[in-house]
Amino acid sequence: MDIKIKVEKLSVSFGKNKVLKDIDVDVYRHMITGFMGPAGSGKSTLISILNRMIDFEDNVTIEGKVVINGIDIINGNTNSVELRRQIGTVFAVPIPLPRSVYENIAYGPKLKGIRDKEEIYAIVKESLKKAFLWDEMKDRLSISALKLSGGQQQRLCLARTLALMPEIILLDEPCSGLDPISTAKIEDALSELKKEYTIILVSNNTKQIARITDYSAFFYMGDLIEYGPTEKVFTYPSEKKTEDYISGKFG
Amino acid sequence: MTKTNFTKEHFVKSVLTIFALSSLLFLFLIFIFILFEGLPLFHKIGLKNIILGFKWAPTKGSFGIFPMIVSSFLVTFGALVVGAPMGLSCAIYLSEYSGKKMKMFLKPALELLAGIPSVVYGFLGVVYIVPFVRNYFGGSGFSLLSASIILGVMILPTIISISFDAITSVPRTYREGSFAMGATKWQTVYKVVIPSAKSGILASFILGMGRAIGETMAVIMVAGNALKIPTSILDPLRTLTSNIALELAYATGDHRLGLFSTGVVLLVIIMILNYIANFGMKKKVMK
Amino acid sequence: MRIKPRLVDKIVRVCLNLQALFTVGILIVIVAIIFIKGAPHISLGFIFSSPEDMGRHGGIFSTIIGTVLLVLLSIFLATPLGVGTAIFLTEYTKESVFTKIIRFGVESLAGIPSILYGLFGFIFFVIKLKMGWSVLSGVLTITIMILPTIIRTSEEAIKAVPRNLRIVSYSLSATRWETVKKVVIPSAISGILTGVMLSVGRAVGETAAVIFTMGSSLRLPTSLMDSSRTMAVHFYILAREGISMEKAYATALVLVLSILLINIIAYYLMNRMISKYS
Repeated sequence: MDIKIKVEKLSVSFGKNKVLKDIDVDVYRHMITGFMGPAGSGKSTLISILNRMIDFEDNVTIEGKVVINGIDIINGNTNSVELRRQIGTVFAVPIPLPRSVYENIAYGPKLKGIRDKEEIYAIVKESLKKAFLWDEMKDRLSISALKLSGGQQQRLCLARTLALMPEIILLDEPCSGLDPISTAKIEDALSELKKEYTIILVSNNTKQIARITDYSAFFYMGDLIEYGPTEKVFTYPSEKKTEDYISGKFG
Repeated sequence: MTKTNFTKEHFVKSVLTIFALSSLLFLFLIFIFILFEGLPLFHKIGLKNIILGFKWAPTKGSFGIFPMIVSSFLVTFGALVVGAPMGLSCAIYLSEYSGKKMKMFLKPALELLAGIPSVVYGFLGVVYIVPFVRNYFGGSGFSLLSASIILGVMILPTIISISFDAITSVPRTYREGSFAMGATKWQTVYKVVIPSAKSGILASFILGMGRAIGETMAVIMVAGNALKIPTSILDPLRTLTSNIALELAYATGDHRLGLFSTGVVLLVIIMILNYIANFGMKKKVMK
Repeated sequence: MRIKPRLVDKIVRVCLNLQALFTVGILIVIVAIIFIKGAPHISLGFIFSSPEDMGRHGGIFSTIIGTVLLVLLSIFLATPLGVGTAIFLTEYTKESVFTKIIRFGVESLAGIPSILYGLFGFIFFVIKLKMGWSVLSGVLTITIMILPTIIRTSEEAIKAVPRNLRIVSYSLSATRWETVKKVVIPSAISGILTGVMLSVGRAVGETAAVIFTMGSSLRLPTSLMDSSRTMAVHFYILAREGISMEKAYATALVLVLSILLINIIAYYLMNRMISKYS
């Protein structure tokens, strides 16, 4: 198994508040890795480190290393714009741009400098297919993305990140507002996508983590409590806290 | 193929910074210039002599603008007397009583009313209001009364739109609670909505005052421009703004400085009014 | 004797209704008077010929040109400056002493009456900078006058764009400027344009600030340094000097119609932008 992302002794503080404490975790290629834990455990912060969206926050102290493709993205002179081409993010609430479906997906490729209309169309089609949205949208590419249902919008957001052809996809509670059918569609898409991409899924829904992830990391109040293959973590967890969380004693 | 153009980003940031600095420069230019030109005379003649002086004869060394300060306040209060009750009623009607159709009709109407130039108001005032006052009330018609009427109408849009905003931002739950206790619509409006919107409504009055006290063209045309403090609403008067407008073209030397001093006084009054209004509105937001 | 609350309620409703109708009535009366008295004297000739004999005869063409020049050039200067400043304040800096100073300046200048702009413009541009009564002096003065409005409305419009949209744009690898250009400004454009149209309307009707800086020459301006007259100034002079009531009403009508037209364009633009982006 190849390590795609190596997090070493990562600590993050907002002011005096330490949100991530000394995290060590290896994320493997072509796997779906789940980050689970109750609210406030630091999962989303870790995501924002990976995609460098944390740059937009004030008063942040970061210690440690995060190595992706051999480069430390925290301490090196990483170009965050290019980093975000390699790491795509889907957020909890679907946020379509106020444009057509087509323009939403074409946004990323156009930023990269792709001008050829046919090339862009091919990318849009490919991305929608991978997000299991092509059949529903192929005749309606020019309608406003705001008219889509919640589930469709979220798949649109997934297609949008795929259009940049990243290597890593981060999903932060992507199904939190969606009905079971839409959720299932996204989970199916992810299971297909992991063959080509490295996927990190943040979720507070332990059942979802158990369903589709290969590896699971349990975070609690800024600490990484346990990390291992999903099957093992869920059937015989090493830590009592993990067991309590999975069985629903708190969350 | 990936492109990230950091030089372009830096360029844009520099340009925007220059724009912001230029704006700052222009904004403060006018402030500083007026103060710069207006303050020396206070020094030379004395603050008291100017602000509390009764005689304005700048070519002879008299720079008393007290009558004009009083006149400015008088027209402003007059405008409020005319405009506030009407404006507030309209705002209440718009927010609480009118249907969608009325709203769609009234809002653009108000904007149009606000857009009519002050010279047009002044003109209509001279042609219709001044003779009306002269025939029904006496005097020459060029009076505090005429000015108050015209200014009152001119500040209506300001009062209506700001009061409207204040009233509509009162939470629905307040009204619903009142209805649930059996109150009629008017009782709800009178006892619950208006008191809650109080500071916004007051702010609208103060901003209306600010507009009235700064109005020049309409006032020149209907107020008569006498240099004395008016003793009745039918007397003519000259405001601070009229003073500047009437004499600017031919004033020189100390006379000109005197006009700047008038400007400084006007500036201070308006800034105080603005500050009170903003402070009042912020207080509402913080509540 | 206590009046039943329900009765009071009904009386109040009627009174407020009347009050609102009265207010609208004022507007209708104003527009009607100007229309009825001014329309007979408007013709193509009126619009396209210049004033003769101090305005007693002829049309208002040179004043229309003066107005158009003044307003267009002022908007041309003030809009990039104002919108750029607003973008700078909201997207490129954090809250600091610097931003607070700019905001203080903008708020304070918002209430300054036009006569003070006239005073400033006259002494500073016309006399001290020796530009004389000219289109240039007028443009510079009006630019400063409308700048706070444009900054304020632009800032409000930009701030109203949801933070989420920016986050999405950044996460899709856009730079700050790309995000501003492609996401923020298009979403804010209707608010920004409203502020611009508001300023256009204000500049068209402005008299005190213009008469002391641009002067009141009746000739067609051929250069920026020429003095010129705007419609509003022309109207004022016609009225004050009692030169011609008919021409005055006609000029007033053209003025009011222009402002009406500007309002309509503003509404149209606003609605188009809103439907395009939601």
